[in-house]
Amino acid sequence: MSDAAKLLVGSAVERMEDARFLSGSGNFADDLAVEGMLHAAILRSPIAHARIVAIDVSAALAMPGIRSVITARDIGDAIPIIPLRLAPLPEFEPFCQPVIASDKVRYVGEPIAVVVAESRALAEDALETIGIEFESLSAVTERGASETPLFDFAEDNVALRYDAGFGDPDAAFASADYVRTERFSVQRHTALPMETRGLLAEWNSLAGRLVVTGATKVTFYNRRALARMLDLGQDDIDLIEIDVGGGFGVRGEFYPEDFLIPFAARKLARPVKWIEDRREHLMAINHSRDVACELSLACRSDGMILGLRGRVFADMGAYIRTNGGVVPAKAAQFLPGPYRIPNVSVSVEAFMTSKTPVGTYRGPGRFEANFFRERLIDMAAMDLGIDVAEFRRKNLITEQELPYPIDGLVPYEGPTSYDTGDYVEVFERALKEIGWHEKRHLQGKLIDGLRHGIGLGCFVESGGAGPKENAALTLEKDGSLTVAVGSSVLGQGLETVLGQIASDTLSIPLDRIRVLHGSTTLLDEGFGTYHSRAVVMGGSAVLDAATRLRERISEQASNHLGRPNSELRIVNASVVADNGASVSFATLAAGGELQADGTFSNDVRTYSYGTHAAHVTVDPRTGAVKVLDYVAVEDVGRAINPAIVHGQAIGAIVQGLGGVFLDHLIYDDQGQLLNASLADYLVPTASDFPVLRAVTLELRPSPSNPLGAKGAGEGGIVAVAAATANAVAAALAPLNVEIRHLPLTPPRLWRLIKDARERATNAA
Amino acid sequence: MKLPPLDYICPATLTEAIAALAVHGGNAKVIAGGQSLVPMLAFRLAAPSVLVDIGQLPDLKSISISAEGIDFGALVTWRDIECDTRLAQVHPLLAAAIAHVAHYQIRNRGTVGGSMAHADPAAEMPGIAVTCDAMLTIVGPNGTRILRADEFITGGLSTVLEADEILTSIRLPLWKKARRWAFEEFAPRHGDFALAGVAAFYDIDAQGLAYNAHIGVIGVADRPMRLPGVEAVLDGRRIDADVILQAAAAARDAVDPADDIHAEAAYRRDLLGVLLERALARAADITLPEAA
Ligand SMILES: Cc1cc2nc3c(=O)[nH]c(=O)nc-3n(C[C@H](O)[C@H](O)[C@H](O)COP(=O)(O)OP(=O)(O)OC[C@H]3O[C@@H](n4cnc5c(N)ncnc54)[C@H](O)[C@@H]3O)c2cc1C
Repeated sequence: MSDAAKLLVGSAVERMEDARFLSGSGNFADDLAVEGMLHAAILRSPIAHARIVAIDVSAALAMPGIRSVITARDIGDAIPIIPLRLAPLPEFEPFCQPVIASDKVRYVGEPIAVVVAESRALAEDALETIGIEFESLSAVTERGASETPLFDFAEDNVALRYDAGFGDPDAAFASADYVRTERFSVQRHTALPMETRGLLAEWNSLAGRLVVTGATKVTFYNRRALARMLDLGQDDIDLIEIDVGGGFGVRGEFYPEDFLIPFAARKLARPVKWIEDRREHLMAINHSRDVACELSLACRSDGMILGLRGRVFADMGAYIRTNGGVVPAKAAQFLPGPYRIPNVSVSVEAFMTSKTPVGTYRGPGRFEANFFRERLIDMAAMDLGIDVAEFRRKNLITEQELPYPIDGLVPYEGPTSYDTGDYVEVFERALKEIGWHEKRHLQGKLIDGLRHGIGLGCFVESGGAGPKENAALTLEKDGSLTVAVGSSVLGQGLETVLGQIASDTLSIPLDRIRVLHGSTTLLDEGFGTYHSRAVVMGGSAVLDAATRLRERISEQASNHLGRPNSELRIVNASVVADNGASVSFATLAAGGELQADGTFSNDVRTYSYGTHAAHVTVDPRTGAVKVLDYVAVEDVGRAINPAIVHGQAIGAIVQGLGGVFLDHLIYDDQGQLLNASLADYLVPTASDFPVLRAVTLELRPSPSNPLGAKGAGEGGIVAVAAATANAVAAALAPLNVEIRHLPLTPPRLWRLIKDARERATNAA
Repeated sequence: MKLPPLDYICPATLTEAIAALAVHGGNAKVIAGGQSLVPMLAFRLAAPSVLVDIGQLPDLKSISISAEGIDFGALVTWRDIECDTRLAQVHPLLAAAIAHVAHYQIRNRGTVGGSMAHADPAAEMPGIAVTCDAMLTIVGPNGTRILRADEFITGGLSTVLEADEILTSIRLPLWKKARRWAFEEFAPRHGDFALAGVAAFYDIDAQGLAYNAHIGVIGVADRPMRLPGVEAVLDGRRIDADVILQAAAAARDAVDPADDIHAEAAYRRDLLGVLLERALARAADITLPEAA
């Protein structure tokens, strides 16, 4: 019914958000200021593992401007525990984090007290005067350090172990011509959103209501959790989402502060604001990755893969937070990747240490799994004397084999299958883009002192987690449209994308559409943004609501114009009848409320897929790596806004390269985080990786949602370690260097080269 | 990461500034560009009760070139150096080194005086000052003293400066025209503090032999330093591949870096040798056979 010539879905329209952000008129947590507002600062444990013997806050309370110092004692006998949001396995429950430490601290950064003061500076001054007597215990910083259980009820520090798989891996390995086993690891790092966390909590004691601004990601879930902890009704709490400067999985989960700040506001009956500073961010927000894997591949001598065995070991940090075991579970599940591997066994061991707890970070588990598998594939291909591209081509799942079931790799998840795609075509496209055939002769070559290497990494990537998303559309009296959605906006351009979807269906121009998102005030229920679900689920809900609203508009117009529906068309925010009579949306809206709710329910995951290719040089004398060319090719099913998808892909590649070369949370054996500042925790900046390319394809739409969209926010990161490490390994192959562990810092590469040389000298 | 409670004063003259420092004894701290001091305050690694801002003091912002040398007022910023087109001619080593300092925002505020007074062992300016025998002018309540850069820096982040003294200027000796030189450093990202760096120059006599070799290094010890053993390898020699390799070996032997979270000691030691090889090859305009 709408004007097909000007469809916005599929076109690279400029982001509605950009003018606001670029002109500095965004509204972020730290921009909030209300009358009577107090400021909180949190005393965090300076030691990794200790019993708290005594806390003396008297000096702090006596300081000017200090309104309160809250410790576990003020919260009560039962300290609320942060619940498991995803995969709530009973094994994990006892390891969940209390919102504040009472008798024991288990990581550097764990909250012990909250100081509320007239200013943040005064609050920080007071922090320095709080005296804590600790009885220090040994820190647990690695796997197998079981002589010091972190939890009194547990015999060791393993929270969960499981085995899973399909086929008959034992038989496959026994009959294989070739087997290789290697150990790999990805270092602990984190997402580092540009905006740190921040909250403003306001308690209205007359109404008995709480409003918390600065929430995001899973606001409705978090409201339920908070209501239980504060013993309030859900309806007594509003969580409000404003602009968010990046999430990448870490931001918006329920953290201790999500309880502590509202608690303080209620206790004092004053608005309380807390802004996480960068130092506490690095020790408080979820860490991620930190997975090791022992991986075995069984092949025929022609390179056909027969079986895969993977043992995943994940350092979960000191507590199991909201994401439960998603990181190791996905690291295990995605070990087979886009390949036809009939016999697979995986095992997971999630162990506890005295470090900051772990959660999901963009491409959780996938970044790691793809690195492990794609490295081992290169090693196997080299051993068998098969070109690494040919090896992959031979084993990639073909279109005829789809849907391809990968059931049983996560014991607590239902069956799932790779849905649609042409894995081989996308792979060939990546080869073409990087110039594989022309550049292959450069592998390992030393030119002007630099060794060249080209690496490949293939992936499949799940998205679109269920169960549901909701949207509500309202045609305003002025003819503009308000879209409310349960999905959260974390800076990824979702307002524009949802606006495009609504605009096409209703023929209302984008600049007449306002997208409201995330806040619990907008809808009865929402499900949020994670697992690349906001477009798949939220977009489909908006489409559903827009379709319903269009019907209502048509009905009203039919009454108004006295013409049957069949003679009506929607054109440019008006309804036009075949006889030329027309009525504008504004006129219709003035005549009575025009509103429609939409919903989309679906438990079928989408699987985007693709191949990354990297061309690097390595200076074998300094260990410096330069990325000369990088291309990520991904089929996202449907790109609602190709410019946004492209931006997501490029940003994700940069973030992934950070994980390969720079990002590293370093702990010493006392459990001290050694680099809690951006002077020492290095991340890529805009100028570090200038030559990156992303090719977004729309070959095979998703069959599971009406938009045909698959998740598109994570495919840019998930194969970066795979492709890049393979490129570095190819460059250094003549020196007999293998790459097994990230990050690839210059000193670490230098050490690998030196050790390989010494081995060669000793052997000679 | 808020600053500890402190007072702030912004004196108009050097005399006032020194008087203010003297009054507060060890509790006052000079602030220039603030690019090193403010982070230390935010982390509460320093907690002076008064900041004495020297930003408004007259006569400390210019770069002047005379027969005696090149004088940098303490408040000259990295950006001032980058924009001064004379320097590429009159002191190319300095210009090349300062190109590696930090990032845009920091370059607009960070000062040469602040960098010398902060004395980071990996900082470029102290490295150049030590390599080139810069003379530093320090003014205190009892008058003025002039020290050579290597006497000024006494260790990691420490100098001879008393709490009531201000470094007012840095003088680099004039640069000889046909001088051979190079600066090399290696940092994980451009603008970061170097894991190691080398500033090298020497002159060539009528026979084509090197003399007056100055080899200074940063990032490999608790302070920048010259390597006399390496200079001795170069002086009186024709700089060819052999000599360069000998010099690099001597450099590796001469330093004893420490392990830290960014690199193991052995890496810095070896890196220094590689950087010196590359610097000397560039200075001599020869191509070394690449080892790997
Ligand atoms: C992210 C980042 C990266 C950086 N990278 C580099 C780099 O690669 N290389 C590099 O060299 N530097 C680097 N720096 C440091 C930067 O160059 C600093 O600006 C410089 O070291 C200090 O200069 P300042 O004027 O900011 O000094 P301030 O921070 O104001 O002061 C530093 C110290 O010197 C004292 N002081 C300052 N001026 C005087 C004076 N005239 N007399 C007596 N005492 C004085 C102060 O009391 C203080 O103790 C970096 C800084 C940052 C934040």
